[in-house]
Amino acid sequence: MTKTPVQFRLNGSDKAVFVDGGENLLNVLRRGVGDMSAKYGCGQGTCGVCTVLIDGEPQLACLTLAETCAGRSVETALGLSDGPNLHPLQNAFMDHFAAQCGFCTSGMLMAAKALLDRNPSPTREDVAEAISGNICRCTGYEPIINAILDAASKRGGQASGG
Amino acid sequence: MALQVKSFGSMSEAAAALASDRTARFMSGGTLLMRAINEGDTSISMLVRSTDAAYRQIRSESARIEIGAGARMVDILANRDLAFLHPAARIVGGPAVRAMATVGGNLFAAAPYGDLATALLALDAIVTVQGAYGSAQQIPIEQLLQSRDRATGLVTSVTVPRPASPDAFRFRKVSRVKPKGVSVLSIAAHLPLAGGRLSNARIAYGAMAPTPIRARAVERALEGRSLDAAGIAPGLAAATEGTSPATDALATAWYRREVLPVHLRRLLLGETG
Repeated sequence: MTKTPVQFRLNGSDKAVFVDGGENLLNVLRRGVGDMSAKYGCGQGTCGVCTVLIDGEPQLACLTLAETCAGRSVETALGLSDGPNLHPLQNAFMDHFAAQCGFCTSGMLMAAKALLDRNPSPTREDVAEAISGNICRCTGYEPIINAILDAASKRGGQASGG
Repeated sequence: MALQVKSFGSMSEAAAALASDRTARFMSGGTLLMRAINEGDTSISMLVRSTDAAYRQIRSESARIEIGAGARMVDILANRDLAFLHPAARIVGGPAVRAMATVGGNLFAAAPYGDLATALLALDAIVTVQGAYGSAQQIPIEQLLQSRDRATGLVTSVTVPRPASPDAFRFRKVSRVKPKGVSVLSIAAHLPLAGGRLSNARIAYGAMAPTPIRARAVERALEGRSLDAAGIAPGLAAATEGTSPATDALATAWYRREVLPVHLRRLLLGETG
């Protein structure tokens, strides 16, 4: 079986892996480099639990051909915290009980980070739109939306109720 | 079984590689093809990609805009000249899908997907197809959609005329879940008015047939009519003519036909709801 070498940055660190033809980024993250934060849900781009940031944009790792990540920067939920200090979004998720079973959480966090990185003061509608590709079957979404708005306001953005 | 992935710097090389192997597929954004691969589709043995910068470019001219087939929904949404397409591009998937899904891929998305293709159909878009040998060919989007299952060559760009006025192009997607939901149906309409009368209107439906289709009976019924309740009545009466929607998890074929005239009326009269 032919393997192709691929180098990319993962949460600020250089990674070099051998990938199979047609292998998706999610497989490479979980099996290749041991970053288990992005989850495997549907494998069809429907559930959003594998959401990662590629060059700052939210994308679905399960639908991303690993070879297309060569030379690019990938961010996962594993890179959010700074040592023992959680990211403001992670703290807000805890404060608002935004994680129940937790399976959607890493994808939600990355979708939320993508939003706050380009829009520090989102409205409630902006947040709902930003996580519209991420399915949660526990919380009913309200705690998640509240958490993201809270994180935005604590980071200095002027969140509005919208 | 591992797939072979081949990347080419030019579209003509990619087209030649695609033609050389019947089990090769061209990969654009991956939102359709990677699904198939993840599901274990063994009919694909080679993925062909293009790194040609022109494949993603959007070029505005005075009357027409050429959109590279590799331009993604987010690229359309970032382009002010394509503001008339924003309502259609904005409702494709969630943010992550919009950062991946391309214009070219949308032309090949099976119903109920393909909302952007529906909008492009109502705009009489012209599709540029690069053949394996020789030069590129330009064909009407309707022709491509009708023959897409047996299409050869590579779609390299889609050229759209600017609508007659901002209000002349309208798009509506009907879905059960908001803000992100798959289409029960979608309708796109280009409604040029001459002296208060519709002239050469174009109506296209998504999810009302296996591919996006033109509603020719409606177009004929609207010719020379005014855009008010009395003027559009003959058009609404012909709304379902030529449709063959599917029954799927979202809606039955019966339901799609029932609600189509309602949403067509709202679109034509500019009503919300």
